[in-house]
Amino acid sequence: MNPIIAKDIKRSYGKVEALKGISFEVSKGEIFGIIGPDGAGKTTLFRILSTLLLADSGEAKIDGFDVIKDYKAIRQIVGYMPGRFSLYQDLSVEENINFFAKLFNTSLKENYYLVEEIYRHIEPFKKRRAGALSGGMKQKLALSCALIHKPSVLFLDEPTTGVDPVSRKEFWHMLKMLKAQGITILVSTPYMDEASLCNRVALIQEGSFLDIDTPENIVNKFDQEIWSANSNNMPKLLIDLRNLKEIKSAFAFGDTNHITIDKETFNKEIIEEKLKSLGHKDIILKGIKPTIEDCFMELAKK
Amino acid sequence: MKQLLSFIHKEFLHIFRDTWTMMIIIALPIVMMILFGYAVTTEIKNTNFGVLDYSKDDLSKGIVNKLKSSEYFIYENDGYNNYQEAEESFKNGDVGIILVFEENFYENLTHTGKANIQILADGSDPNTARTLVTYASSIINIYLQEKNPSPTPYQITPEIKFLYNPQLKGSYNSVPGVIGMIIMLICAMMTAVSITREKERGTMEVLLVSPIKPIYIIIAKLTPYFVISVINVIIIFIISHFIMGVPIAGNMFWITILCILYIIVSLALGLLISTIAHTQVIALLISGMVMMLPAVYLSGMMFPIENMPWILQFISNIIPARWFVAAIRKIMIMGVEVRYIVNEMVILVTMIIVLVAISLKKFKQRLE
Repeated sequence: MNPIIAKDIKRSYGKVEALKGISFEVSKGEIFGIIGPDGAGKTTLFRILSTLLLADSGEAKIDGFDVIKDYKAIRQIVGYMPGRFSLYQDLSVEENINFFAKLFNTSLKENYYLVEEIYRHIEPFKKRRAGALSGGMKQKLALSCALIHKPSVLFLDEPTTGVDPVSRKEFWHMLKMLKAQGITILVSTPYMDEASLCNRVALIQEGSFLDIDTPENIVNKFDQEIWSANSNNMPKLLIDLRNLKEIKSAFAFGDTNHITIDKETFNKEIIEEKLKSLGHKDIILKGIKPTIEDCFMELAKK
Repeated sequence: MKQLLSFIHKEFLHIFRDTWTMMIIIALPIVMMILFGYAVTTEIKNTNFGVLDYSKDDLSKGIVNKLKSSEYFIYENDGYNNYQEAEESFKNGDVGIILVFEENFYENLTHTGKANIQILADGSDPNTARTLVTYASSIINIYLQEKNPSPTPYQITPEIKFLYNPQLKGSYNSVPGVIGMIIMLICAMMTAVSITREKERGTMEVLLVSPIKPIYIIIAKLTPYFVISVINVIIIFIISHFIMGVPIAGNMFWITILCILYIIVSLALGLLISTIAHTQVIALLISGMVMMLPAVYLSGMMFPIENMPWILQFISNIIPARWFVAAIRKIMIMGVEVRYIVNEMVILVTMIIVLVAISLKKFKQRLE
């Protein structure tokens, strides 16, 4: 049986439907990413799966335990890292991890091997108050605290939000290591570029999954041609592109614009001419490989 | 058990590391004792008084001397010549009361048996005015009796004796009140804030998604404040007994039991607030507005409950401080036996049971 099973989970806050029927399964030792913007329902889903919230309908099982009936059993076996690093800011690194270890009736000494890879990065600062740590170090400490009791399933709700790029990279490296130990990891992130680091991802938008697949398949399934477009006046370019009938969609994408095109009518030279006549200079149009974000934008449109 | 001990240890660390928390639990009780024991007192001492004596005979001078020699009044000016002068010094705030003797004061008294003294007091502060007038007239009456032991055969002179607190010392009243407030503050407010802090910082989520039982979370959160409150009560008793000279007339064992009951009620209140409030600010506001203010104003520690309109009297019934203050006054100052405070004790115990039951029911296994 798969360690995480969710069937048609629905949850509303008053009139707002946060989750509109979510179903998915995660197999053992998999890194499963929930990718979507803020407010898509990621945190609600995590709270339901980690027994913190009750769903309005639907059912979910963690390692075969029901999230409602067997919540006590689930709380023994999962590690949970909420969106904000939930550490005691006024306690030192050492005191934090010791406290969380004792909470699970274990000790840092006993399970040191489990967290060693991660904890040794912050061990030199063990006397420092958690509040005085950098974002990356807080994240490592929070992960160590979530791992100290040898959980079989790990819930990480936006663990890389507010963390510098180097620490984010390190963090994903650590997740791979944990996966190698057979820990099932459910991780959410608003960063599309992190999707490719998961085994499988679910794209979530306004409480519904748009697609669940491996990152490669999601990109391969994408049937549109993607071009990048640049000129000397980027904001105007985006508006002008959207007004051209040969172009189906246009999005700002970092320092460029990504466009999907109508293959029947699209002609690079004609488009360049049209843009020139609208006053654009230094126009560069390039065919590119779609990314997860392009797929997300396309799927979210439907 | 190890779980619980480590949790309690963590709670003590939170308290010791927060300067403001430490200030509140250590300095506040002492400051409040001094404030309510000495500064905010209804006793009146060393009030200046003025005299407008139209008679200037032996009797009027005798009365002035008698007043001068009492600890309540000081006489610093030479007497006024007319009413305008008297009123002027009143307006300047030089004097608290003014005695006006009519002309031929002594003769009137000896010949007609009736003489008039007018006592002028500042009615803009009625409590002080009333107290001053009472003091002054009782001093005058005593003096007249000494001078003339049996003026008329049928005169009835009431002799007032204040039992248990013959000198009407303010600290006798303020000590039970301060204990009532301090414990409410430390237990209810600090507990509520410390639990809601976990909610606000998100650590409560992690605690909930762990095998620790909610009851352990509650016990661990309450234990440090219980210990601190007990220490505070001891400090307050030491200050009040050895420095302010408040007697501890009753049985120490039952005083302790009573204080512990009140501490538990306050802790339970704090717990209840924490189950309602989601942020520290809200917890602070609720404990301030809903708990502290009534505890101060409606418990009878400052204003007599009997004088309140019926609706406030009714509300005061559900305020734990009211019952605590009433009971501690009886057992500590009056020194009555425990059977006289059984009523209050039973009410406090009932409150504990009800509050704990509601809190436990409301304290969630989950976030909502």
